[in-house]
Amino acid sequence: MADYAIEMLNITKRFPGIIANDNITLQLKKGEIHALLGENGAGKSTLMSVLFGLYQPEEGEIHKDGRKVEINNPNDADALGIGMVHQHFKLVECFSVLDNIILGVETTKGGILQKDEARKKVLALSEKYGFQVDPNALIEDITVGMQQRTEILKMLYRDNEILIFDEPTAVLTPQEIQELMTIMKNLAAEGKSILFITHKLAEIMQVADRCSVLRKGKYIGTVDIKDTTPEKLSAMMVGRDVNFVVEKKPVKPGKVILDVQNMTVASKRHKNNAVNGVSLNVREGEIVCIAGIDGNGQTEFVYGLTGLEPLKEGKITLHGEDFTQMPIRKRSIKGMSHIPEDRHKHGLVLDYSLENNIVLQRYFEPQFTNKFGFLKKKEIRDYANRLIEQYDVRSGQGPITKARSMSGGNQQKAIIAREIDKNPELLVAVQPTRGLDVGAIEYIHKQLVAQRDAGKGVLLVSLELDEVMNVSDRILVMYEGEIVGEFDPKEVTVEELGLYMAGSKRKGA
Amino acid sequence: MNKKNNTRDSILRNDGFQTIIASLLCILLGLLVGYIVLLIINPSGAAGAISSILKNFLYYPSAAAATKYLGTTLVKASALLMCSLSVLFAYKVGLFNIGAAGQYVVGAGACLYCAIALHLPWIVCLLAAVLASAIVGGISGALKAYFNVNEVISCIMLNWIGLYAVNMLLTTVKEETTPYTKPLSSANSSAILPTLGLDKLFSNNKFVGLGLIISIVMAVLVWIILEKTKFGFELKATGMNKLAAKYCGMREKTNIILTMMISGALAGLGAACFYLTGVEQWMVQQTSVPSMGFNGIASAFLGGLNPIGAIFSSYFIQHITSGGSYVDKTMYCAQISDLISAFIIYLCGFVLFFKLWLNRYLDKREEKQGMKAQKGGEA
Ligand SMILES: Nc1ncnc2c1ncn2[C@@H]1O[C@H](COP(=O)(O)OP(=O)(O)OP(=O)(O)O)[C@@H](O)[C@H]1O
Ligand SMILES: [Mg+2]
Repeated sequence: MADYAIEMLNITKRFPGIIANDNITLQLKKGEIHALLGENGAGKSTLMSVLFGLYQPEEGEIHKDGRKVEINNPNDADALGIGMVHQHFKLVECFSVLDNIILGVETTKGGILQKDEARKKVLALSEKYGFQVDPNALIEDITVGMQQRTEILKMLYRDNEILIFDEPTAVLTPQEIQELMTIMKNLAAEGKSILFITHKLAEIMQVADRCSVLRKGKYIGTVDIKDTTPEKLSAMMVGRDVNFVVEKKPVKPGKVILDVQNMTVASKRHKNNAVNGVSLNVREGEIVCIAGIDGNGQTEFVYGLTGLEPLKEGKITLHGEDFTQMPIRKRSIKGMSHIPEDRHKHGLVLDYSLENNIVLQRYFEPQFTNKFGFLKKKEIRDYANRLIEQYDVRSGQGPITKARSMSGGNQQKAIIAREIDKNPELLVAVQPTRGLDVGAIEYIHKQLVAQRDAGKGVLLVSLELDEVMNVSDRILVMYEGEIVGEFDPKEVTVEELGLYMAGSKRKGA
Repeated sequence: MNKKNNTRDSILRNDGFQTIIASLLCILLGLLVGYIVLLIINPSGAAGAISSILKNFLYYPSAAAATKYLGTTLVKASALLMCSLSVLFAYKVGLFNIGAAGQYVVGAGACLYCAIALHLPWIVCLLAAVLASAIVGGISGALKAYFNVNEVISCIMLNWIGLYAVNMLLTTVKEETTPYTKPLSSANSSAILPTLGLDKLFSNNKFVGLGLIISIVMAVLVWIILEKTKFGFELKATGMNKLAAKYCGMREKTNIILTMMISGALAGLGAACFYLTGVEQWMVQQTSVPSMGFNGIASAFLGGLNPIGAIFSSYFIQHITSGGSYVDKTMYCAQISDLISAFIIYLCGFVLFFKLWLNRYLDKREEKQGMKAQKGGEA
């Protein structure tokens, strides 16, 4: 009994219209890495927020080291040694790394901040775990990976011994993921207990000791990792077998849809160009994938392509029409859809309802707005309901749910539904399956393939090599703002791609 | 029985209902604090003072006089309502238009100048006010959209620029012996807004008229635009997430400028509806921005940021502001009425806080009931 660090017993948490956690029991052993698996909206984040004191459960109790405890707010959680890295980070953008770490536990002398000691401790911790973060850097200037390390340091700085990671790997590059896995193993070896949420089964197989599965708010079971397989886990989670291999017919590319010539986009971070003379095309009926390590100009390329950033040079044509200077709205009407990289930044108006977000790209069309400029609320509701059903977007109150209150994966599904249902000529999809469960990924991949089979073009930007290899018909590798190689997925290995992505090899362009 | 409970709870949970309750609570609290302050200053007159603030025009014993002054309060309230709509409209689009006060001043300047100096008819004066104020609002909007200058800062500066510019402009049309602009009735009676017979309803209070109707129509119009139209949909989206608005092809910069222009136009229209009745003349030596625009902020919040709610909150705030002038000046200094109404007005800002508190309370109670129900079930 006493070897449980944390026990959450019969936890029930309701939200308007939904039971997010229905009588869930979760037991975390000391020094173990315990994975939490479940579909989008299964209630994982909610359960962890209960443990961290952000939500009060209606029923159930929490025990720490066998004693019942009350966790009414994150301060209580902190006092009990519980720390959390949230799915969407909670850092103050214009503060330095150090300031973010000590926020809330500052040491003061006579009301004056004493940062030297804190800096020493942070540096020592960062050294110990090989974090390589600069305590003086501003959050807004560092990469997502570094921001996450800041969040982890925040927990370590507070000497937390129970660490909650809510989808930490969704935003990381494969390299960073491996580093994080090592860090987590080291922490567990030191006796810290870790709760780890992820949708990637390989990661669970790699680091976790045990895994608990939730489905639609209910507890399904807990298994030992050494006795299970990814297939078993996914069946447990979705309630059916999931097909990991994307089935597609051989590619039959037609006319060129998108043609990009010599695109150059200035960088916001450094003096050089983020995108440097990129030329590529996408043809009818093919999925072209831009692979690469995060930060090699993919983001800026997409911004340039979709009109979010101006081009310094270059020309974009879609179906022979010049898109280079075209306003965003017009690009959208002429058949360019864009699933953005950052769903909270660009993809959603979080304080709008789900239905409003679903029509965000088409509310002005005659089917949703009459000729006097009034919105047709009923048509919008019907349309939203159809997409919600079709794409299985789960939420508490259906179309009127505030986007902010939806689970991360379901927010993503709403965006995807909106962009694909526009039936675009060219779909630009940046990390479309980020944060989705395996069942949803399978569905989205099918949709991408369906678009392609219907003779449309798909430009996929992905950091995930599995996805790149599985879905695409043609792979372009981007390194330091340039395309350094073009491959057929059937003729290239992951290792080979890796070399190009790391810049140690390149083809004469 | 349970069902009854449920319907009651769902009423309590209703957002509109909560706003009304919260607003009423704020009003009560404001009156209480005001009363306490009066007690501290001079205990013997406190009750009398607070009741004259609340009574306002009812201070007059004759019904005819009371309705007449009700009319005057309504004229002022309609100007306040327009300012409140101005603040509210911008706020829904994520902008804090603290410049409603200055836009109101510019509107006043424009319509009075057109009326007295240029002898133009009321409709032109009205449009001039709307246009001038829209431009002033638009300046703040453009600064925000293109140079990311915080609208609060630019608005505050424009408030002062507006005030002194208008003072200078209207000095050219002031009476020779006083610091006031020439009365419209003698200078240009064609600039006075038509009364549409409404004056008859208020014991021949000739100031009551078109302005009243315009302000109510505007409140409904603002509500329709924000809630029902494509245009409102876009503006709100821009206010909530500028980047998402850009991403889905809304012209977010234009929207920001447009919002501030409309917001300014509303304040200017308010000024026109007020000054073109002739109820007051402009004092060209004013050294402070008239409080109308600032009270608009309080009234927008007291009305729960709802245009229809603003109709009632504007009337209330104007009611106590006007009521303040009936406080016995022998017991309290002249500024006391402003002080008390200020207390009430500023406590009105707590509406949102009260709503939060009410929801917490409901959550707690539900939790308890849930526990009870469960225990009952187990037994
Ligand atoms: N603050 C909230 N208000 C209302 N409903 C909420 C709130 N937070 C979560 N929910 C609902 O509770 C359910 C569970 O959400 P939760 O975020 O826990 O899912 P999750 O398992 O973390 O999913 P994902 O993998 O997509 O992140 C969802 O249907 C969501 O809509
Ligand atoms: Mg989650």
